[in-house]
Amino acid sequence: MASTIRVRATSSGETTEVQALIQHPMDSGFVKDAKGEIIPPHFIQQLTFEYNGKNVFSADWGGGVSKDPYVKFTFKGGKKGDDLKISWIDNKGQSDATTTKIQ
Amino acid sequence: MTDVGFTATRRLILQGAGAVALVGLGNFPFGLTPALAANDKYPEEAFKAKSEADAIKALYGKTAEPSDKVKMDAPEIAENGAVVPISVTTTLADVTSISFLVSENPVVLVASYKIPAGTLPNVANRIKMAKTSNVIVVVEAGGKLYSANKEVKVTVGGCGG
Repeated sequence: MASTIRVRATSSGETTEVQALIQHPMDSGFVKDAKGEIIPPHFIQQLTFEYNGKNVFSADWGGGVSKDPYVKFTFKGGKKGDDLKISWIDNKGQSDATTTKIQ
Repeated sequence: MTDVGFTATRRLILQGAGAVALVGLGNFPFGLTPALAANDKYPEEAFKAKSEADAIKALYGKTAEPSDKVKMDAPEIAENGAVVPISVTTTLADVTSISFLVSENPVVLVASYKIPAGTLPNVANRIKMAKTSNVIVVVEAGGKLYSANKEVKVTVGGCGG
Protein backbone atom coordinates (compact mmCIF):
# COMPACT_ATOMS: atom_id res chain seq x y z
CA MET A 1 0.00 0.00 0.00
CA ALA A 2 1.19 3.46 -0.78
CA SER A 3 2.37 5.44 2.19
CA THR A 4 -0.07 7.85 3.84
CA ILE A 5 2.81 10.25 4.38
CA ARG A 6 4.08 12.70 1.79
CA VAL A 7 7.03 14.67 2.96
CA ARG A 8 9.52 17.09 1.48
CA ALA A 9 12.65 18.03 3.37
CA THR A 10 14.83 20.67 1.78
CA SER A 11 18.26 21.64 3.08
CA SER A 12 19.46 25.20 2.61
CA GLY A 13 22.90 24.30 3.98
CA GLU A 14 22.34 25.57 7.53
CA THR A 15 18.77 24.53 8.09
CA THR A 16 16.33 21.96 6.75
CA GLU A 17 12.72 22.88 6.05
CA VAL A 18 10.27 20.03 6.37
CA GLN A 19 6.74 19.95 4.97
CA ALA A 20 4.56 16.94 5.59
CA LEU A 21 1.13 16.04 4.30
CA ILE A 22 -0.59 12.96 5.70
CA GLN A 23 -3.68 11.21 4.41
CA HIS A 24 -6.01 10.73 7.35
CA PRO A 25 -9.74 11.43 7.94
CA MET A 26 -9.05 13.22 11.27
CA ASP A 27 -12.64 12.64 12.43
CA SER A 28 -13.17 14.67 15.59
CA GLY A 29 -16.13 12.69 16.93
CA PHE A 30 -18.40 15.76 16.78
CA VAL A 31 -19.50 15.54 13.16
CA LYS A 32 -22.63 13.72 12.02
CA ASP A 33 -22.93 11.82 8.75
CA ALA A 34 -25.76 12.13 6.19
CA LYS A 35 -27.98 9.87 8.34
CA GLY A 36 -27.48 12.07 11.39
CA GLU A 37 -25.26 9.55 13.15
CA ILE A 38 -22.09 10.67 14.89
CA ILE A 39 -18.94 9.70 13.01
CA PRO A 40 -16.76 8.15 15.72
CA PRO A 41 -13.49 9.90 16.55
CA HIS A 42 -10.56 8.79 14.41
CA PHE A 43 -7.55 11.08 14.41
CA ILE A 44 -3.78 11.02 14.57
CA GLN A 45 -2.59 11.57 18.13
CA GLN A 46 1.15 11.61 17.75
CA LEU A 47 3.51 12.43 14.93
CA THR A 48 7.29 12.36 15.19
CA PHE A 49 10.21 13.33 12.99
CA GLU A 50 13.66 11.81 13.56
CA TYR A 51 16.98 12.79 12.08
CA ASN A 52 20.18 10.88 12.90
CA GLY A 53 18.28 8.91 15.53
CA LYS A 54 17.34 12.14 17.29
CA ASN A 55 13.86 13.60 17.60
CA VAL A 56 13.72 16.95 15.74
CA PHE A 57 9.99 17.64 16.01
CA SER A 58 6.94 15.97 17.50
CA ALA A 59 3.25 16.72 17.57
CA ASP A 60 0.37 15.81 19.87
CA TRP A 61 -2.81 16.24 17.89
CA GLY A 62 -6.49 16.31 18.76
CA GLY A 63 -9.51 15.99 16.48
CA GLY A 64 -9.30 19.72 15.74
CA VAL A 65 -6.51 19.30 13.21
CA SER A 66 -7.80 19.43 9.63
CA LYS A 67 -8.42 16.36 7.50
CA ASP A 68 -5.32 15.26 5.60
CA PRO A 69 -3.14 17.24 8.01
CA TYR A 70 -0.29 19.49 6.92
CA VAL A 71 2.57 20.68 9.06
CA LYS A 72 5.73 22.65 8.38
CA PHE A 73 8.79 23.22 10.56
CA THR A 74 12.52 23.90 10.25
CA PHE A 75 15.48 22.43 12.09
CA LYS A 76 19.16 23.35 12.17
CA GLY A 77 21.49 20.99 10.36
CA GLY A 78 20.44 18.19 8.07
CA LYS A 79 22.52 17.31 5.01
CA LYS A 80 21.35 16.59 1.49
CA GLY A 81 20.95 12.86 0.99
CA ASP A 82 20.51 12.11 4.71
CA ASP A 83 17.47 10.23 5.98
CA LEU A 84 14.56 11.81 7.82
CA LYS A 85 12.17 9.38 9.49
CA ILE A 86 8.49 10.23 10.01
CA SER A 87 5.92 8.19 11.91
CA TRP A 88 2.40 8.64 13.28
CA ILE A 89 -0.06 6.74 15.45
CA ASP A 90 -3.81 7.42 15.76
CA ASN A 91 -6.44 6.92 18.48
CA LYS A 92 -7.35 3.49 17.08
CA GLY A 93 -3.74 2.31 17.30
CA GLN A 94 -3.21 2.44 13.54
CA SER A 95 0.13 3.81 12.44
CA ASP A 96 2.40 4.47 9.52
CA ALA A 97 6.03 5.43 9.02
CA THR A 98 8.25 6.44 6.17
CA THR A 99 11.78 7.61 5.54
CA THR A 100 12.66 10.35 3.11
CA LYS A 101 15.96 11.70 1.77
CA ILE A 102 16.69 15.35 2.50
CA GLN A 103 16.96 17.27 -0.78
CA MET B 1 -46.97 -36.78 23.85
CA THR B 2 -46.15 -35.25 27.18
CA ASP B 3 -42.49 -35.93 26.43
CA VAL B 4 -42.61 -33.95 23.19
CA GLY B 5 -44.36 -31.10 24.95
CA PHE B 6 -41.69 -31.04 27.63
CA THR B 7 -38.74 -30.94 25.21
CA ALA B 8 -40.39 -28.23 23.13
CA THR B 9 -40.85 -26.05 26.19
CA ARG B 10 -37.31 -26.74 27.30
CA ARG B 11 -36.00 -25.80 23.87
CA LEU B 12 -37.94 -22.55 23.96
CA ILE B 13 -36.55 -21.73 27.37
CA LEU B 14 -33.00 -22.51 26.21
CA GLN B 15 -33.45 -20.37 23.11
CA GLY B 16 -34.68 -17.55 25.29
CA ALA B 17 -31.66 -17.88 27.54
CA GLY B 18 -29.40 -17.92 24.49
CA ALA B 19 -30.90 -14.72 23.16
CA VAL B 20 -30.45 -12.99 26.49
CA ALA B 21 -26.82 -14.11 26.61
CA LEU B 22 -26.21 -12.76 23.10
CA VAL B 23 -27.76 -9.40 23.90
CA GLY B 24 -25.61 -9.26 27.00
CA LEU B 25 -22.46 -9.99 25.00
CA GLY B 26 -23.42 -7.43 22.38
CA ASN B 27 -23.59 -4.70 24.98
CA PHE B 28 -20.39 -5.64 26.70
CA PRO B 29 -17.84 -3.84 24.48
CA PHE B 30 -19.58 -0.49 25.02
CA GLY B 31 -18.93 -0.72 28.73
CA LEU B 32 -15.18 -0.98 28.20
CA THR B 33 -13.04 2.14 27.92
CA PRO B 34 -10.50 1.97 25.08
CA ALA B 35 -7.12 0.75 26.27
CA LEU B 36 -5.41 3.82 24.85
CA ALA B 37 -3.99 5.03 28.12
CA ALA B 38 -0.95 2.82 27.48
CA ASN B 39 0.56 5.76 25.64
CA ASP B 40 1.65 7.84 28.62
CA LYS B 41 3.15 10.71 26.64
CA TYR B 42 -0.08 11.77 24.92
CA PRO B 43 -1.71 14.53 27.05
CA GLU B 44 -5.14 12.86 27.23
CA GLU B 45 -6.50 15.25 29.87
CA ALA B 46 -5.48 18.42 28.04
CA PHE B 47 -7.33 17.20 24.95
CA LYS B 48 -10.54 16.86 27.01
CA ALA B 49 -10.50 20.41 28.39
CA LYS B 50 -13.43 22.66 27.53
CA SER B 51 -11.75 26.00 28.21
CA GLU B 52 -8.37 27.36 27.18
CA ALA B 53 -7.36 27.98 30.79
CA ASP B 54 -8.05 24.34 31.69
CA ALA B 55 -6.24 23.06 28.60
CA ILE B 56 -3.15 25.18 29.23
CA LYS B 57 -3.12 24.13 32.88
CA ALA B 58 -3.48 20.44 32.02
CA LEU B 59 -0.72 20.73 29.44
CA TYR B 60 1.83 22.90 31.23
CA GLY B 61 0.62 23.26 34.83
CA LYS B 62 0.94 27.06 34.69
CA THR B 63 -0.66 30.12 33.08
CA ALA B 64 0.45 32.09 30.05
CA GLU B 65 1.02 35.83 29.72
CA PRO B 66 0.43 37.70 26.45
CA SER B 67 3.59 38.61 24.58
CA ASP B 68 4.18 40.63 21.42
CA LYS B 69 7.17 38.40 20.72
CA VAL B 70 4.78 35.66 19.68
CA LYS B 71 3.67 36.34 16.12
CA MET B 72 0.67 34.48 14.78
CA ASP B 73 -0.27 34.45 11.14
CA ALA B 74 -3.95 33.64 10.72
CA PRO B 75 -6.58 34.81 8.24
CA GLU B 76 -9.02 37.59 9.27
CA ILE B 77 -11.83 35.61 7.71
CA ALA B 78 -11.81 31.88 7.04
CA GLU B 79 -14.23 30.91 4.30
CA ASN B 80 -13.98 27.27 5.29
CA GLY B 81 -13.74 26.44 9.00
CA ALA B 82 -12.59 22.90 8.16
CA VAL B 83 -9.24 24.14 6.91
CA VAL B 84 -7.81 27.26 8.55
CA PRO B 85 -4.09 27.78 7.96
CA ILE B 86 -2.36 29.11 11.09
CA SER B 87 1.34 29.64 11.55
CA VAL B 88 3.39 31.00 14.39
CA THR B 89 6.87 32.32 14.81
CA THR B 90 8.62 33.87 17.77
CA THR B 91 11.80 35.73 18.63
CA LEU B 92 11.78 34.21 22.13
CA ALA B 93 14.83 32.08 22.99
CA ASP B 94 14.87 28.51 24.35
CA VAL B 95 11.47 27.55 22.99
CA THR B 96 10.48 24.02 24.01
CA SER B 97 6.84 23.83 23.00
CA ILE B 98 4.19 25.54 20.87
CA SER B 99 0.44 24.85 21.20
CA PHE B 100 -2.64 25.91 19.24
CA LEU B 101 -6.04 26.44 20.88
CA VAL B 102 -9.45 27.54 19.59
CA SER B 103 -11.76 28.97 22.32
CA GLU B 104 -15.08 28.03 20.72
CA ASN B 105 -14.20 24.48 19.60
CA PRO B 106 -15.78 21.59 21.55
CA VAL B 107 -12.23 20.48 22.33
CA VAL B 108 -10.26 23.66 22.87
CA LEU B 109 -6.77 22.24 22.40
CA VAL B 110 -6.03 21.49 18.76
CA ALA B 111 -2.34 20.71 18.55
CA SER B 112 0.74 20.81 20.74
CA TYR B 113 4.25 20.60 19.31
CA LYS B 114 7.49 19.81 21.09
CA ILE B 115 10.43 21.84 19.89
CA PRO B 116 13.74 20.16 20.75
CA ALA B 117 16.96 22.21 20.90
CA GLY B 118 18.11 22.89 17.34
CA THR B 119 14.61 23.15 15.90
CA LEU B 120 13.44 26.66 15.02
CA PRO B 121 10.42 28.07 16.91
CA ASN B 122 8.15 28.37 13.91
CA VAL B 123 5.37 26.02 12.96
CA ALA B 124 2.65 26.09 10.33
CA ASN B 125 -0.39 23.83 10.30
CA ARG B 126 -4.06 23.68 9.32
CA ILE B 127 -6.81 23.48 11.90
CA LYS B 128 -10.59 23.14 12.13
CA MET B 129 -12.80 25.85 13.62
CA ALA B 130 -16.42 25.23 14.59
CA LYS B 131 -17.30 28.93 14.35
CA THR B 132 -15.90 32.44 14.70
CA SER B 133 -13.50 32.28 17.63
CA ASN B 134 -10.32 33.43 19.23
CA VAL B 135 -7.30 31.40 18.19
CA ILE B 136 -4.67 31.23 20.90
CA VAL B 137 -1.05 30.27 20.47
CA VAL B 138 0.98 29.37 23.54
CA VAL B 139 4.76 29.29 23.42
CA GLU B 140 6.82 27.74 26.20
CA ALA B 141 10.22 29.40 26.36
CA GLY B 142 12.78 29.16 29.15
CA GLY B 143 10.17 27.45 31.35
CA LYS B 144 7.65 30.30 31.01
CA LEU B 145 4.51 30.55 28.93
CA TYR B 146 3.76 33.31 26.45
CA SER B 147 0.67 33.67 24.32
CA ALA B 148 -0.82 35.52 21.38
CA ASN B 149 -4.41 35.51 20.26
CA LYS B 150 -6.39 36.62 17.29
CA GLU B 151 -10.04 36.44 16.33
CA VAL B 152 -10.73 34.55 13.13
CA LYS B 153 -14.17 34.95 11.56
CA VAL B 154 -15.57 31.74 10.16
CA THR B 155 -18.27 31.84 7.50
CA VAL B 156 -18.75 28.06 7.19
CA GLY B 157 -18.05 25.97 10.30
CA GLY B 158 -15.70 22.98 10.32
CA CYS B 159 -17.97 20.90 12.51
CA GLY B 160 -21.42 19.63 11.65
CA GLY B 161 -21.22 20.64 7.98
